[in-house]
Amino acid sequence: MATFDPCSWCEEVLQPYLDRHLSEREQAEAQTHLDKCGYCAKRYRFEENLRQVVRQAAVEEMAPDLKQKLASLRTPLF
Amino acid sequence: MAESPDTEGRQLAVEARDRVRFEEEALELADQVYRVARRLVRTKEEAEDLMQETYARAFRSWRSYTPGTNLRAWILRILTNLNIDRGRRAQRQPDTAHLEESDYFLYNRLEDATPEAVDEERVIERLSQDDIVGALSAVPHDFRDAVVLVDIGDFSYQETAQILDVPVGTVMSRLHRGRRILKRQLAETAVGGT
Repeated sequence: MATFDPCSWCEEVLQPYLDRHLSEREQAEAQTHLDKCGYCAKRYRFEENLRQVVRQAAVEEMAPDLKQKLASLRTPLF
Repeated sequence: MAESPDTEGRQLAVEARDRVRFEEEALELADQVYRVARRLVRTKEEAEDLMQETYARAFRSWRSYTPGTNLRAWILRILTNLNIDRGRRAQRQPDTAHLEESDYFLYNRLEDATPEAVDEERVIERLSQDDIVGALSAVPHDFRDAVVLVDIGDFSYQETAQILDVPVGTVMSRLHRGRRILKRQLAETAVGGT
């Protein structure tokens, strides 16, 4: 029988944990592990930062003339 | 009985008012819609074309929008459908199994490549904006759609499922796998091939 490896389990639930999609019990179990495991805690913090960094890097604002073009697609009132 | 010209005129006025309101609300959301659109396609030009097609269609079919419901999701649904129609269906989805690594993979690779690293802040500094944008565009589209809608567009799983017209479970699996593929791509761009 395979032995239970808490860090592997913690890695498995990283995404649902951060998305708050674990059951309360699983969330608490993950938290207990994170409180005492620096290895996993570091990687969880990295993932949180990464999401922020990806979000910021991915933002590209639209050109002002596109906005005008979109507005010109409106149905004329008369 | 025919309606009096007066009633008809009033109806037209009401309809015009509703339409103008719809158009204004839709235009107010354009910045947010564009941020998602821009990352669903490769180039700025494609994003701009897609936005114009989307808004043209939205303005034509404004009557099918139910006021009070999520307009941003409604527009994004038009946009993702148009994007898929633009020839994406013809593309074969590559085998993605080899593109995916476990969730700690990127951190481990970056840490290995950053000998002076003491904390995750230093490790993340290795990722440049170009690395991230490049890695995101290399994620196969079905997975990227889910990642972009949830992580950049801030849509819930439920909304994303409605926009993409797939079950919520499919959204979750594409999202989780998409993020893993993204991290694998990032590891490759930031610290080189495996």
